[in-house]
Amino acid sequence: MLRYALKRFLSLVISLAVASLVIFAVIEIAPGDPASYMLGMNAQPETLASLRSELGLDQSRPERYFNWITGMLGGDFGTSYTYRTPVADMVAQRLWVSLPLALYALALSTLIAFPAGIYAAARRGKAGDISVMGATQLGVAIPNFWFAMMLVLLFAIKLRWFSAGGFAGWDKGFFAGIRSLTLPAIALALPQAAILARVMRSSLLDVLGEDFMRTARAKGLTARQALWRHGLRNAMIPVLTIIGLQFSFLLAGGIIIEQVFYLPGLGRLIFQSISARDLIVVESVTMLLVFAVIFVNFAVDLAYAAVDPRLRART
Amino acid sequence: MNLLSVQNLTLSIYTFDILRDVSFNIDAGEIVAITGESGSGKSMTALAAMQLLPQGTRTSGRIMLGDDDITTFTEAELCAMRGNDIGMVFQEPMTALNPVKTIGDQVAETILIHERTTKTDAMNRAADTLERVGLPQSKFPLSRFPHELSGGQRQRVVIAMAIALRPRLLIADEPTTALDVTTQAQILTLLTKLAREDGMGLMMITHDLAVVADMADRIIVMRNGEVVEQGETKSLLHNMQHPYTRMLFNASSHTVTLPDTAAETPLLQVTGVSRDYRTPRKTLFGRPGQFRAVNNVSFSLNRGERLGLVGESGCGKSTLTRALLGLEPVQHGTITLNGEPVFTGNSPNLSVRRCMQVVFQDPYGSFNPRHHVARLITEPFHLLPDPPQGAARKRAIDEALVAVGLTPADADKYIHEFSGGQRQRIAIARALIIRPDLIVFDEAVSALDVSVRAQILDLLAELCTTYDLSYLFISHDLSVVRTITDRVLVMKAGEIVEQGQTETVFTTPQHPYTKSLIEAAPVLPDLKGQTA
Repeated sequence: MLRYALKRFLSLVISLAVASLVIFAVIEIAPGDPASYMLGMNAQPETLASLRSELGLDQSRPERYFNWITGMLGGDFGTSYTYRTPVADMVAQRLWVSLPLALYALALSTLIAFPAGIYAAARRGKAGDISVMGATQLGVAIPNFWFAMMLVLLFAIKLRWFSAGGFAGWDKGFFAGIRSLTLPAIALALPQAAILARVMRSSLLDVLGEDFMRTARAKGLTARQALWRHGLRNAMIPVLTIIGLQFSFLLAGGIIIEQVFYLPGLGRLIFQSISARDLIVVESVTMLLVFAVIFVNFAVDLAYAAVDPRLRART
Repeated sequence: MNLLSVQNLTLSIYTFDILRDVSFNIDAGEIVAITGESGSGKSMTALAAMQLLPQGTRTSGRIMLGDDDITTFTEAELCAMRGNDIGMVFQEPMTALNPVKTIGDQVAETILIHERTTKTDAMNRAADTLERVGLPQSKFPLSRFPHELSGGQRQRVVIAMAIALRPRLLIADEPTTALDVTTQAQILTLLTKLAREDGMGLMMITHDLAVVADMADRIIVMRNGEVVEQGETKSLLHNMQHPYTRMLFNASSHTVTLPDTAAETPLLQVTGVSRDYRTPRKTLFGRPGQFRAVNNVSFSLNRGERLGLVGESGCGKSTLTRALLGLEPVQHGTITLNGEPVFTGNSPNLSVRRCMQVVFQDPYGSFNPRHHVARLITEPFHLLPDPPQGAARKRAIDEALVAVGLTPADADKYIHEFSGGQRQRIAIARALIIRPDLIVFDEAVSALDVSVRAQILDLLAELCTTYDLSYLFISHDLSVVRTITDRVLVMKAGEIVEQGQTETVFTTPQHPYTKSLIEAAPVLPDLKGQTA
């Protein structure tokens, strides 16, 4: 197991190194000078020159790459050109919204999907299965921004249980923060839960047809015991894969929901810096997200091995 | 009083009648074999005794376990009975165990769900049970996972799970069909021993009469959901009443007459062939290891000859077959057909592949279900530089289908419309259509019922007379190899340990491995002309 973890970790480090080179190269290869791109067509030569030196464009490429990487490792992500504040601070601020939101949504989605998927699989073809599958079909089909707006109409405007948007901030207390994230988390979670429930169901149905499930029944386990003790863990591999993908998506992909609820999240930061041509922010945030995705994959790999002993042995 | 008494059991699934009026008894300590071909209802009888029946099943009649009719049990009563009063062992040991749980947990689970005891106690008893089935703790600790065991060892674990609580009845559904002959012999001995020691009733389901001939006290023969004959083993075999029983018996020991082999002109020549596989690195930056699946194998197959290749799973038979077909490169040695290498550069040598075709084991998996038969059997035409078109193609299809005992009208059907035996005929037609010199049969009759197997063997004997074919017949089934081949190679751990005329090798085996194989193979008793 330890060897497996070390190997996965090594692959994580290599992936990160390759990803950083690619991101750096893309910005280098992009036609034109980053400084003139950022400043637009009518830039003054002096401004351009000062930005070039600020970006370190007067240095050689390997030097710049090295500085960028060592800077990031030391927590220095550069300074945003548009906002004139350190990127690290901006990202940290946004991350305090986006990360809890992603985790919250993921927890909700898992909490909904697992029981729904298991329930449907255990009642295959019966009314319970059909209604759960109908509901997930709806969940996949409904656009989440529309669903988000409906939530606002009902819970914020009509019932006044939650605020319609904005983020209270964690300094107002944990519950205030959680409260302002609840509606967005539900809006993000439901479509994901629908997908996850379907994966859970079909994966579990595959497992229920396996020979060892019949062996379990022959031992004297009830159908329900067999499902819980022997079925569930074997059905987890595809489910973990989807959870990993969904978390990566939730971290930065919630931009529409962030707009609907007016949340200062990472998605909005990327959108704003792309519009403002703030390459420094784009470059660093991209790297950060790549890191997040690779790290989540690493965690999913470890979870695979925890679930299935055959994977520990194979590598 | 009988231990198990099945009385007038009739069973249907939705509108399909599966069992009709089945009645038999099993006494404590008695070994009863239920035999018959696929579709005879023998497995369904076993599942009925466990009441593990598929959805939509309706039954009538009674299944008495001691004094209780289990068809009237509630689900809770059935769960208390399964594993405790009746244990069951299944056919496929590779998939019968949960891959993510240790063998100790799985055996102990049987104890834990039926008895109020501690985990430690259950684990200790699991260790004892595993010891009893031949898996001592020193070599097979409780913490092993199923994938760390071989097929035979896994079957022992399944048996341990079934007998952990010393049930009154053990049901074994084709417990050795997926295993090698030597492993099969060990498992059969183990089952017999356990039944005798515990005074346990044993219901053995098998399609192979030879497997149970010297083990069962009584035999029940089933066909199409009905019991056609049952009786004490010896008297049943010596005095078979029903024609179906006689047919089964004869088909199991079916022999064919082969034409004489022509002069010794070598067709396929294999010289010093070795095939290595890479194994995973041991350390992170270490060199990957090597596994030699085939080691320095040399033999030749003459034109018109039928050559057998026998050996147990993992001995390198399949690797050698792939190399012969030019599907993979070999690391050492040469393989030539008619003097030309089978593998050139990075791909099979097409001019050689034209002279060589193959028939595989699984009649269900080796066809594309979306193509009709005409397209399926003309697939080898892509090997020809100038494949026949139009009327010539039609003629070739008709001829191939007629040659294997089908009709030209079958060309427009799809594969699901055929039975297993007919599919294997189609596979042979596919091999035959480009008139190869050599056909490789890779376990080609292993998945078939005995009666169908006998027909296919007859067909093969007939075809090699008509078409001047050479066969390479790869099989783990010694009785089949004995009748269909002139010469035989015995393979063990990647090497050929013995070769010679088939009859000579079978009657006077030289190598200890060959001897052990022949000894382990189940044989039907010689009834001295009583079954003519």
